Amino acid sequence: MSMIATRDAYGEALAELGAENVNIVALDADLSGSTKTGVFAKKFPERFFNMGIAEANMTGVAAGLAATGKIPFLSTFSIFAAGRAWEQIRQSVAYPKANVKVVATHGGITVGEDGGSHQSVEDVAIMRAIPNMTVIVPADGPETKAAIKAAAAYKGPVFVRLGRNKVPTIFGDDYRFEIGKGAEVVPGSDMTFVTTGMMTAQAVAAADILKQEGISARVVHIGTIKPLDKDIVIKAAAETGAIVTAEEHSIIGGLGGAVAEFLATSRPTPVEMVGIRDRFGTSGKADELIKYFCLTPEDLVEAARKVLQRK
Amino acid sequence: MEQHQIEQLQEKARLLRADILRMLHKAQSGHTGGSLSAIDMIAALYFGKMRHNPAEPAWEGRDRFVLCKGHAAPAQYVALAEAGYFPKEDLMMLRRLGSHLQGHPDSKSTPGVEVCTGSLGQGLSQAVGMALGLRLDRSDSRVYALLGDGELQEGQVWEAAMSAGHYRLDNLCALVDANGLQIDGEVTRVMNVTPIGEKFAAFGWHVLEIDGHDMAAIMDALHKAGELQGKPTVIVANTVKGKGVPFFENKASYHGVPPSDAELPEALKHLGITED
Repeated sequence: MSMIATRDAYGEALAELGAENVNIVALDADLSGSTKTGVFAKKFPERFFNMGIAEANMTGVAAGLAATGKIPFLSTFSIFAAGRAWEQIRQSVAYPKANVKVVATHGGITVGEDGGSHQSVEDVAIMRAIPNMTVIVPADGPETKAAIKAAAAYKGPVFVRLGRNKVPTIFGDDYRFEIGKGAEVVPGSDMTFVTTGMMTAQAVAAADILKQEGISARVVHIGTIKPLDKDIVIKAAAETGAIVTAEEHSIIGGLGGAVAEFLATSRPTPVEMVGIRDRFGTSGKADELIKYFCLTPEDLVEAARKVLQRK
Repeated sequence: MEQHQIEQLQEKARLLRADILRMLHKAQSGHTGGSLSAIDMIAALYFGKMRHNPAEPAWEGRDRFVLCKGHAAPAQYVALAEAGYFPKEDLMMLRRLGSHLQGHPDSKSTPGVEVCTGSLGQGLSQAVGMALGLRLDRSDSRVYALLGDGELQEGQVWEAAMSAGHYRLDNLCALVDANGLQIDGEVTRVMNVTPIGEKFAAFGWHVLEIDGHDMAAIMDALHKAGELQGKPTVIVANTVKGKGVPFFENKASYHGVPPSDAELPEALKHLGITED
C-alpha cells in the first residue's frame, strides 16, 4: 500500500490548480514549507502572499482577495487557522460567504512531538458550527487532491483539514470526490464504521480483524463532515443497525457529534464513538499517540463489539 | 478643488446628517455619535472622490470602500441611498427583520457594501486583501478603509498595517475617524492608542493629519493620498463624536443611542432643517 501525507497531496493539487487558473492565490503564515503552499509559491511567486505569523490578518486579507474575484487558499496549522482565526473565519469569510478556502494542515494528535499546544482536537467541531461553512477531512492523498480541486470549483467558504504524516492510500486514481458525498469503502452487514480522515484506514484494518471473527463490518468514509451525507449514514443505520464513529478529533462536536445529532432525530441507532475523549494532546511520536489516545484498529474492534451488544 | 464644489459637499454632508438622525430615530436603535463624526469623510468619498456606479455596484473599475468601524453603518447607508444604490425609503427599515439594512454592513444584503464588518479590527485586513487583488489585476482602482480610533485597540489592525506597509500598497488609503471617544469613555483613558500617526509611520505608511470636518482639508488629503507612491497612506482625521448636533457632541453616552422623539426635531433644527 502506498503512503502519502495529505499535505503533500495538497501541495501538488494547489500547484496544478495554479497552472490552470490565474485567479488561484495562496497565503501562508510562515509555515509554507510545512503546509506545502511552498510548492505553489515557487511556481507562482506573484500569487503567493506570506503574511508572516499573523493568522487573523491573513484570514481577512484572504477575504479581501476573494472580494476582488480571486480564489484564495490560506494555510497554516489547523490550531492556528481554526483556533486562532476562528472569529475572522466566521465574520470575514463565512458570514459574507467569501470564496475562501482554509486548508489547515497538521490537524489532530498525529502532529506528534510538538505536543498539546499544536494538536487541534476541536477544529472540526468549531468549524462545523459556523453557518455557510463546508468541512472536509480527506482520508488519503488521492482524496485530498480531488477535494482540493472540488473546493476550488465550489463557490463559497470551505475548511479542509489535513494531516502531517504519511497515511495509507485507500482510494484509487479513479475515485470521484464530491462535496457532501460519503463512500462505502468496505461492504458489510453486521455494523458500520463511519469514519473520517486517517481513521478510515484504521477502520479498514479493524474490519479485517472482525472478519476473522465472522463479523461483517461495513466501512463508510465521510470525506465531507458538513454537509453530512445523510443518505449513506441512514442506509448504514437501517441495514446494519449499529454504528461506530471514528475520528482523530474530540468526540465532542466532530464526526461523531454530526452522526449522533442526525441519527438521534431521524433513526435512533446504537452509536459508539472513537475519538479523543475530551482531553488535550501531548508530546510523543505519532504512532505512540495513536495508541495512547485509543485510535488503533484494536480500539475500533472493541468499540464494534460494544455496539453489537447494544444492537 | 473649486470652492463651490467644496460647498456642494458640505451641503451634501448636512443633508446626510439629517438622514442619519431620521433613520436612527425611526429604528430607535443604532450608533449616532460615530456616524455623525464619520459622515463628512464618507460624503467626500462617495460624492467627491471615489469612482463608482450605483447602477452597477459590481462595476470592475470602481474604487472600494470598507467601513471598518461597522457600527457607523448608518453613515454609509445614507450615502449609498443618496447615490442611488437603493431607494431612500429603505433607510426607514434600518435594523428591522427582513430589511437589507442590517445593524452592521453586510455585503450579502446591501448593494454597494463590499464586505462584512462589524466585529472591530477586521476591515483593514480585508481592505489590504482588496488592494493586493487589484494590484494583481493591474487595476488603477483604489481602496479606502475607514476605521475608528477605539478600533485601533484591536491587535489585528496592526497586523494589517504591518502587511500593507510590507507590500507597499500605495493603492490603499486608511482614514481614522479619531473622535476620541468609545463606549466606556475617552479613548486615552480606556486604552490609549496615541500617537496614532507615529504608529502607522513606523509600519511604513505615509501619514496625513487633518480636521475631519473640514471638507477642503478632507478633499486635499484624499488627493494627496492618491499622489503618494510606494506606501499606503493613513489620514488621521480629528473629529467630534456627534458632530453637528451640539447636545450629542463629545458625549460617549451617545455612542449607541438613537435620537428620542423629543431630540429629533431639536437635532434637525441645529442642522437648519425644520420638519413639517
